[in-house]
Amino acid sequence: MSLLELDDVKVHFPVKRGVLFDRTVGHVYAVDGVSLSVTAGQTYGLVGESGCGKTTLGRAILRLNDITAGHVVFDGTDLAALPDEEMRRARRRLQMVFQDPLGSLNPRQNIESILAEGMAAHGIGADREERRTRILEILERVGLPATALSRYPHEFSGGQRQRIGIARALVLEPDLIICDEPVSALDVSIQAQVLNLLEELQDSLGLTYVVIAHDLAVVRHISDVIGVMYLGQLVEEAPSDVLYAEPRHPYTRALMSAVPVPDPDLEDSRERILLRGDLPSPANPPTGCRFHTRCPWRQAERCDTERPALTDIGGGHRVACHFAAEIADGTLEPVRELAPKLLGAETPAAEVPAEVPADAAAQREKGERGEKESTTP
Amino acid sequence: MTTNLTTSKADKIDRLAELTARRETASGGSLWVEALRRLRSSKMALIGGGVMAVFIVLAVIGPWIAPHDPTAQLWRDEVRVNQSIFVGPRGDNWLGLDHLGRDQLSRMLVGARQTLLVGVVATLLGFVVGVLIGGLSGAALAFGGKAGRRVDTVLMRVIDMALALPSLLLAVSIAAVLGQSLTTVMIAVGVVQIPIFARLLRGSMLAQASADYVLAARALGVRRRRIVLGHVLPNSLGPVIVQTTLALATAIIEAAALSYLGLGNPDAAQPEWGVMLAQAQRFFDQAPMMAVYPALGIIITALGFTLLGEAMREALDPKLRS
Repeated sequence: MSLLELDDVKVHFPVKRGVLFDRTVGHVYAVDGVSLSVTAGQTYGLVGESGCGKTTLGRAILRLNDITAGHVVFDGTDLAALPDEEMRRARRRLQMVFQDPLGSLNPRQNIESILAEGMAAHGIGADREERRTRILEILERVGLPATALSRYPHEFSGGQRQRIGIARALVLEPDLIICDEPVSALDVSIQAQVLNLLEELQDSLGLTYVVIAHDLAVVRHISDVIGVMYLGQLVEEAPSDVLYAEPRHPYTRALMSAVPVPDPDLEDSRERILLRGDLPSPANPPTGCRFHTRCPWRQAERCDTERPALTDIGGGHRVACHFAAEIADGTLEPVRELAPKLLGAETPAAEVPAEVPADAAAQREKGERGEKESTTP
Repeated sequence: MTTNLTTSKADKIDRLAELTARRETASGGSLWVEALRRLRSSKMALIGGGVMAVFIVLAVIGPWIAPHDPTAQLWRDEVRVNQSIFVGPRGDNWLGLDHLGRDQLSRMLVGARQTLLVGVVATLLGFVVGVLIGGLSGAALAFGGKAGRRVDTVLMRVIDMALALPSLLLAVSIAAVLGQSLTTVMIAVGVVQIPIFARLLRGSMLAQASADYVLAARALGVRRRRIVLGHVLPNSLGPVIVQTTLALATAIIEAAALSYLGLGNPDAAQPEWGVMLAQAQRFFDQAPMMAVYPALGIIITALGFTLLGEAMREALDPKLRS
């Protein structure tokens, strides 16, 4: 049963200019038509590079951003249509864990006050004593000592701060927690602890998560279903194992190939798709398939003009690519200039020196010499 | 001798106990407490605070400790302006006499109160009105949606207009309406401070409103009023408090400038540092010291306030938080 259902959600930010009265001169299409569904008790992972709109989407679910169009159906109610006060009350059941553990805690509040604030806003617990009992219970659950109550955020370590952030969400007994990059600000050793804590809590409390991350290993570890976003749209969605075993969208393949392998032999010989160029501006997205400007498999005409729909290719695997089947079969050849190093392909090493203009080469030489000079004392 | 020794020892132990206790409370203390602790260990704050304390004490008790009547021309015959005869410091008059034969020291001591009064009242006026406008504007823009943005635009354009008016011109116009008096000077200097406070608080609130913990509070479902009053405002006040001390310094200088121009107290016999400076200017080539005393007074006081303000800014700097 799906707990959260997004239907063609769009978040467009107006670009305003004007001296006295603002005039809208354009839009940033941060999220542009995302539909997905999150099953109760599961974890939905949302990945994509910086600026692809994953954080905006996460915030839109909680209506921390205005939703331009579409429906966010949570347990039968469309959050996008709720009046402000009802939305505020609905937030008890949808909580969020933030990326920056320190920044998301008010430096002037002690831990008790931080944790009690949400309870007060939703009328949970009759008095201070009752709230404190509940807070202590939650603190123990997330692995913090009771002495933390009277202390302030800056006195804790990064991992502990994130535990406070998780506790703040948990005191409201939510059904869904949106974790926006929950571990990216933490040390690797602490990351595992926090991820394990999230999983334990899911098991014992029956929580549903939407985890937003750019770290593929993190998402793989924790997610049941993964959605890949590019420039405000979902380009591929599949159960976690399937997505990692057989990525079908060219962008997903490029993302996967960017994860290093701890075996040096394998690392040297495996498929690597290096994408050329930057993420296009979401204020002026490309026509047709949004990935066509960087896609090594791009085909004339169709990719430039027709927007591919997210289509099911079986087993809950959805891909938004016109040529997903052909690419998987190997009947479509990638363009080398857009992806210089590809599976099994010879490195076009011979071409490189010819392409470098003479003055650039001289400059590089100079730079190298300069480096040498600077290293000798 | 022995009692002296034991008391100093006891003192030391007390100090030690205090220090350890302070460290304990520091670990549980709020950031304000921490800032205050840093402020106490700052040399700049000590000097600034010291100057300020001396100035305030003098301003309060000045009329009682003044050796002579500041308005009486007690030694009128000894000073002959047209013959360039002035009286410098001497046993009876430590700072000498002014051009009308009045005791300079007494005038300085009594004048301090007027100067402080102008500074404090003007700054208070600027602070209260500025914080109200700036707070309203910032809250409206950050949390008021479309209507809030309009409120902010209107308020800020008015503030911008006020900023564009030169303070002297403003003071002259206010003086024309209210008549020439010390109140005029206070209002004029205070009104000039309003836009600075308003702009500062608004900017600070906007910066805080986009902080993650405000977003977190919204996600928690905390009401807007509580977010503004409980989260945004307390975290935005730091720069405004610092500005208050700096504004005190500016206000004293500006008040002196307005008095100097003759917009202050119409009773020229009443001592005020700015007036004294204005009167001394005419005789600057014959008796330069007459101008130096009030000028030094203004400079040292303004410097004291500025030092304290700087030290407070440093103590409240979030980058220094451990």
